[in-house]
Amino acid sequence: MGALGTPIILMVAMYAFLKFGLPNIPGSAPLPSSLIFLYLLLTAGGIFMFKTLSGESKDAFWGPIQRFLTGENIGGLQALRYGVFILFPLLVGWQTYGSTAVSDLPPTESRTIHPAPPGEYTGLSNPVPKTPENIMQGKGFYAAYCSPCHGGNFDGKGPAARGFIPAPANFADPTTIAMLQESYLFWRIKKGGVGLPIEGAPWKSAMPRWEVELPDEWIWKIILGEYDGAHQSPRTWE
Amino acid sequence: MRVIQQGVSIVQRALRAVGSHGEWLAGLLLMAGWLALPSVGIAAEGTTAGPTEYRDIPYVGSRNLVWIVAQLHLLLAGFVLGVPIFAWLCEVIAWRGGEKRYDKLAKEFTKLLTSAYATTALFGGILLFLLVAFYPKLMNYLTDVFFPSFLLYCFLFLLETATLYLYWYGWDAMQHGRKKTLHVFLGFLLNFFALFIMIVPNAWATFQSSPVVIADGTALERAWAATWNPTWWPINIHRLIANVVLGGYICGAYAGVRYLSVKSPEDREHYDWMGYVGNFIGVFGLLALPFAGYWLMREIYQYNQQMGITLMGGFLSWLFIIQAMLIGVLFLGSNYYFWLGITYRIPGSEGKYRRAMLMMLVSLLLCLAVWMTPHSLVASIEEAQKMGGAHHPLLGVLGVMSAKMTVSNLMILITFMSFVMYWRAGKQDTAGWAKLGKAVMGAVLVLASIAVIVLGVWGYFVPAIVRINYFSTSQVLIVIFVILTITPLTALLLKSAKTTTEMVWGSMPPRAGYSLVLNAVMVILLMTLMGYARSSSRVHWHVYGVMRDTSPYAYSPALGSASLIMAFCTFSFCLLVAFIFWVATMGDKYKVAPGPGKGELPHGIPAMAGGAPEERS
Repeated sequence: MGALGTPIILMVAMYAFLKFGLPNIPGSAPLPSSLIFLYLLLTAGGIFMFKTLSGESKDAFWGPIQRFLTGENIGGLQALRYGVFILFPLLVGWQTYGSTAVSDLPPTESRTIHPAPPGEYTGLSNPVPKTPENIMQGKGFYAAYCSPCHGGNFDGKGPAARGFIPAPANFADPTTIAMLQESYLFWRIKKGGVGLPIEGAPWKSAMPRWEVELPDEWIWKIILGEYDGAHQSPRTWE
Repeated sequence: MRVIQQGVSIVQRALRAVGSHGEWLAGLLLMAGWLALPSVGIAAEGTTAGPTEYRDIPYVGSRNLVWIVAQLHLLLAGFVLGVPIFAWLCEVIAWRGGEKRYDKLAKEFTKLLTSAYATTALFGGILLFLLVAFYPKLMNYLTDVFFPSFLLYCFLFLLETATLYLYWYGWDAMQHGRKKTLHVFLGFLLNFFALFIMIVPNAWATFQSSPVVIADGTALERAWAATWNPTWWPINIHRLIANVVLGGYICGAYAGVRYLSVKSPEDREHYDWMGYVGNFIGVFGLLALPFAGYWLMREIYQYNQQMGITLMGGFLSWLFIIQAMLIGVLFLGSNYYFWLGITYRIPGSEGKYRRAMLMMLVSLLLCLAVWMTPHSLVASIEEAQKMGGAHHPLLGVLGVMSAKMTVSNLMILITFMSFVMYWRAGKQDTAGWAKLGKAVMGAVLVLASIAVIVLGVWGYFVPAIVRINYFSTSQVLIVIFVILTITPLTALLLKSAKTTTEMVWGSMPPRAGYSLVLNAVMVILLMTLMGYARSSSRVHWHVYGVMRDTSPYAYSPALGSASLIMAFCTFSFCLLVAFIFWVATMGDKYKVAPGPGKGELPHGIPAMAGGAPEERS
């Protein structure tokens, strides 16, 4: 079983790192099981590839597995072999049951964060000039209407943020508004969570439909203020 | 009801009459009946209010049938347009370099081409009939826009067919002197016409995604405006490269299957070598494919934000995680094949390169892990609560294009270095400047990798347009610079190198053959996946923003159900290719061929891209 030792240790170490090590890095969080599975799959694939690169390493890797499964010269491991033969189908059955049985848990989330905006919003550009006055005004509107959730620092950590799942967007994160055009933000602010298209269901957004309270010009100014305050730039093609 | 009963009794009597052939006849009747279903106008829409806009077919559904036939046609077309490129290149190598084995290889591929070409045309014809039958409104509109190019396409098809016949049937007759030059020219013409045969229908397909419609002008002017649409050339380039990749990997798979089944050492050597060439061509194309794909996506995004977001951030975004997985397997499979080649074809090399292979493998896996990490993760409510949303606070940054672009460039670099390692294996440098040359190459590689990573990280802190227009482009240019620097330097170094271990062909283990087959399946799956992506990005439009899909199928199928069709198309295409190969090689086993002489075999000869010319002689 010597040649199998390293792969087993490697897999266990990788699992331990993903499950317990990585979440404890400052600023990190526990990984979902889908991601852990993905990384373990890659690790197993890598081990398989490396161990089968030559005839010798392949035999050293497969030999013990083959001998164990066929029961050839394994001595005292016979009982373990039968145990595996009994437990493995049970394990598969348990997994299958667990993934198909009716459960009171809500389904796994696979929501689309950025659904495509309606066509009438795609060609829009910000009609409000990007002047210091307009930006300041936008930041003022932001402070009044947006910061309770999205935070005074534009980081999604407003005083009301803790009450929402999913959490309000962190605009300072370069993977949020920096990836989008201004027209996209205009649509999202104007229509809110209720205006989201069905393609991205299940939708869970507490974003208010600001068009009922704010004129378009204010929304455009808020967008200017958001980008400036979060130190990001909108996606453009010029 | 009585009519049906009478019909059944007639069929029964007929079946009894034909005796043992009854099962066949019944099968044929069933097939004919099924194919005739559309002719009875089942579910024809619009018949009362005006001209028919749509027709449907029960059980399968018109859209699914068109989807399957179109995808199979496209895959076959990719094969018949990709194979002539390297068949011709192989012929040119044989013609200029005098290596007959390349000519033999080119001929073997061209033989497959003739039957594949007919099958492609057959599926094209079926597709056309189905489109006209199921989507008369759309086809009327497209005919109105593209009528001049329809005529051009027919003319090109005639030219291509005539050239292919001349090229294939004239192979033996045009082997020497000026006739060979003429034959090579025919091969060039074949590819020239094939290029236009590809780009003309590309205009029709891309017009549906990014239409340019002008109201005024002649039919020719309108057709030209519609042809020169924003995504036409990005698709042309992307498909051209993808066709080479598909052709290379399928020929590799063919060689892999033959390698697994042949018995004689000569055949094993030949198919081992053919598998190597197929894989090499596939990898060669694969290195350029991400660049072309990135350009295409950029053009789509710039053309229409809605379509760009649908693809990259909307409901199709998960598709790109599957794409990453398939491309990743392809990169891994191709590298694995190179590494097996070093271990098995160059005895004694394993110990020398095992460490390097491990490092490359780990690097590839790390890159793949980044590429496959989604921005929005699949998580249970509990897991999402712990993460504070669908984005992981630490790994979420790996989910965006800056990270993806960086790792895809690194994977290209690693794969290129795998090839260079294979190329250098079994050789000892004798040039005086070898040490300096290797140091320069090492420095170029290290600095380039660092630059690619730095630009990738920096990309998070600049406006998107700077990242897209300058950083991503610079990353691509850096990788191209590395390839263009290291390739000639290695070639120069190996020109004077001493061969310490001869390459032994035919010694690869069976898993090498399987990996070639796996690569081909991955490419086919990838193409079916991208076919779905391209069509679905139009959402409920036949022609984006111009003509709405008003049929009952005006919805995008979910990725799960779409994957069933993709898998079916992949399986069917593999069966079709197997059939084509079987038909094309059926006559070979009955020929009493004298067999190639030992001198023509690749035994002891370095690979196409390996070794110096004098070593091959």
